[in-house]
Amino acid sequence: MNPRVADALSQVPALLADHVLLSAAALLLGLVIALPLAVGAMRHAGLRRFALGLASLVQTIPGLALLALFYPLLLALNGLFEPTGMTIPSLGFLPALLALGLYAVLPILRNAVTGLTGIDAAIIEAADGVGMTSRQKLRLVEAPLAAPVIMAGIRTATVWTIGIATLSTTVGQPSLGDMIFAGLQTQNWILVITGCAASALLALAADALLGLIETGIAARSRVRIWSGLAGFLAGIALALSPALFAASRGDDAVVVGAKGFSEQYILARLIGSRLEAAGYEVRYREGLGSTVAFTALHQGEIDVYVDYTGTLWTNAMQRTDNPPRDEMIAQLSDWTIETYGARLLGRLGFENTYAFATTQETAQRYGLASIDDLTRVAPQMAMGTDVEFLNRPEWTAIRTAYGLQFGDTQSYQPTFMYRAVESGRADVITAFSSDGRIAANNLYVLTDPRGAIPNYDTVLMLAPRRAGDRRFVAALESLLEAIPVETMREANFMVDRDNDKATPAEAATWLAGEIGLD
Amino acid sequence: MQAQAGPEVRFQSVSKSFDDGENHAVDTVDLTIEGGAFVALVGESGSGKSTLLKTINRLVEPSAGSVSIDGEDVAARDSVELRRHIGYVFQNIGLFPHMTVAENIGIIPRLDAGKTGDQVGELLDLVGLPQDFAGRFPNELSGGQQQRVGVARALAGKPGLMLMDEPFGALDPVTRDQLGDAYRELHDRLGLTTIMVTHDMAEALLLADRILVMSDGRIVADGTPEEMLAEEANGEASALIAVPKRQMAKLRKLEERS
Repeated sequence: MNPRVADALSQVPALLADHVLLSAAALLLGLVIALPLAVGAMRHAGLRRFALGLASLVQTIPGLALLALFYPLLLALNGLFEPTGMTIPSLGFLPALLALGLYAVLPILRNAVTGLTGIDAAIIEAADGVGMTSRQKLRLVEAPLAAPVIMAGIRTATVWTIGIATLSTTVGQPSLGDMIFAGLQTQNWILVITGCAASALLALAADALLGLIETGIAARSRVRIWSGLAGFLAGIALALSPALFAASRGDDAVVVGAKGFSEQYILARLIGSRLEAAGYEVRYREGLGSTVAFTALHQGEIDVYVDYTGTLWTNAMQRTDNPPRDEMIAQLSDWTIETYGARLLGRLGFENTYAFATTQETAQRYGLASIDDLTRVAPQMAMGTDVEFLNRPEWTAIRTAYGLQFGDTQSYQPTFMYRAVESGRADVITAFSSDGRIAANNLYVLTDPRGAIPNYDTVLMLAPRRAGDRRFVAALESLLEAIPVETMREANFMVDRDNDKATPAEAATWLAGEIGLD
Repeated sequence: MQAQAGPEVRFQSVSKSFDDGENHAVDTVDLTIEGGAFVALVGESGSGKSTLLKTINRLVEPSAGSVSIDGEDVAARDSVELRRHIGYVFQNIGLFPHMTVAENIGIIPRLDAGKTGDQVGELLDLVGLPQDFAGRFPNELSGGQQQRVGVARALAGKPGLMLMDEPFGALDPVTRDQLGDAYRELHDRLGLTTIMVTHDMAEALLLADRILVMSDGRIVADGTPEEMLAEEANGEASALIAVPKRQMAKLRKLEERS
């Protein structure tokens, strides 16, 4: 078998198990909210309007945003509960569960209300006439008659939930989305397709089981109903089984985090291989948002990841000044350990800073050498950036320092950002200095004479519980000051290039060899 | 089933308004229906006859006045328990489509004590349906057969009192006639008190012992079928009676000519 296919398939079982458990829990939550609400809504027209309105409103929030919204919400709740000593995890399973559960409410609620209120008035009159209590009417008449419509709603909710669960990757909850996000970032289409196919097959299987239950209800066949339910229970039990779940999630398993771009995926694998060599069991949480990653670390949801000094300085520490390199790292180091107990172990040896890059041709035509030169022509230019840059404090700092005013700005996924500058859709891009594509595409990097762009030394960050863990630190020390920027660029390019692509794990192995680790 | 004496039903100044007293669907009705009677409540659409009927099993709560069964005010009884002891049959039948005939018939005993209806066979006999109908579903039955099941379901609670709201209104004339006669026989055999709402004066004349004519929420005429036919009833009642009388006269003429 093609090794890339084999690699993709090998990731499926554990992620599928997570996906199944998350979806099942979210559906259960959706049912627990929607069904009683539907019964209330059937009896009270006011509640019906309110509940359906609210559920429809939730549905208009894009899935990605709904997931993201639970992160600050839970953080705020955490602050509220702090005096009690309780901590609510703001990342991972809980926010994903809440967002998906809410999403599942509408189709179930809407169908249940439609089904319950659509019952022939004569049947309700008969139920009252024979002397049924409200409860008996619900149990004996309303629920069974509305069941087919309710089941259709549950089937819709199930398929939606399984689909949207792929987005939970962004809040640090593992799912089949991990493969899709990682594949999109590194342009590994086999990974993307495998993730999508697994998710689609799961949705089809769940829908088929629900279909079995539905026809079972219609035909009053207990065998079909129970075999459908048994199918679900078997799926959940399998997902919970030690082979897939507990073993890979043992308490002593180390979680390596990664943000959503190639360098991060590669370094995560490099870190992982060092830890495995030291006897640790390792799993990965990849595709985390920039700010999510640091929170995940100090909350202990991940044990180790790679960040950049400038990012932590401006985003986490909220500083706007730009001190020299050593001073920044020293202050950062003190701040993370004092504020969160998280440890900045040290530099990996290269910087991944923002680099204003343009094609050689554009640089020549406009006589561009520094960002200062750019200020003159920027109003006629289009700038391409990654999805975060325009909202980052660094951009504000750079814009203020140089008085930059672009005619147009457009955010891209990194891969497409490089394509944009090549194709001329963007005149200047905010490239990453450790990116292999700067050299590969022969881009011209403008200098920063005013020193507005902070340092972005790549640093290893350890979670509080690993800060004083000698064995853990010893496993990673060999990485400190060990990676030259040229080597990192080459490793990045192995993953990013269009032909003969390497997986992040392969690039990490190559990188380890290059820097003399094995 | 043993013949029993159906209860007496009494209305005391019963009124019902659905719009806070502006209009009255039922307007100050005072009436006693003696035990064992078969009473037809006749009137045009909107005359208030169905509303009056439903105040008995509290599907409608009167705005004023009281209804009592054998001297006991129905408002003082639990409405659920009350309805299990009053048979209720209505035009739209309302069989539970997801239950078999047997389950439909056995519903009241099941609600009452979780018993299954052990008398399903007896009740099928009573309403003239074959035993093998027990396992069928309502949608496999004709309209007339469905209403027979409706009557059996109402009788399963061993009621003394049957309330029938246009029970045969949706059936074809032959079925309607058969079912009417069959029910009248059941009424006599079981000693029921039956109050039947209908807009068809001919049906009322042929089935009932006593006919009450309602108009604008009031009882405007009250008498036996014979009295209704003989007397020149006033207003609304005379118009209702005139229809079958005229039809009868025409039919007789036709017969004579042939």
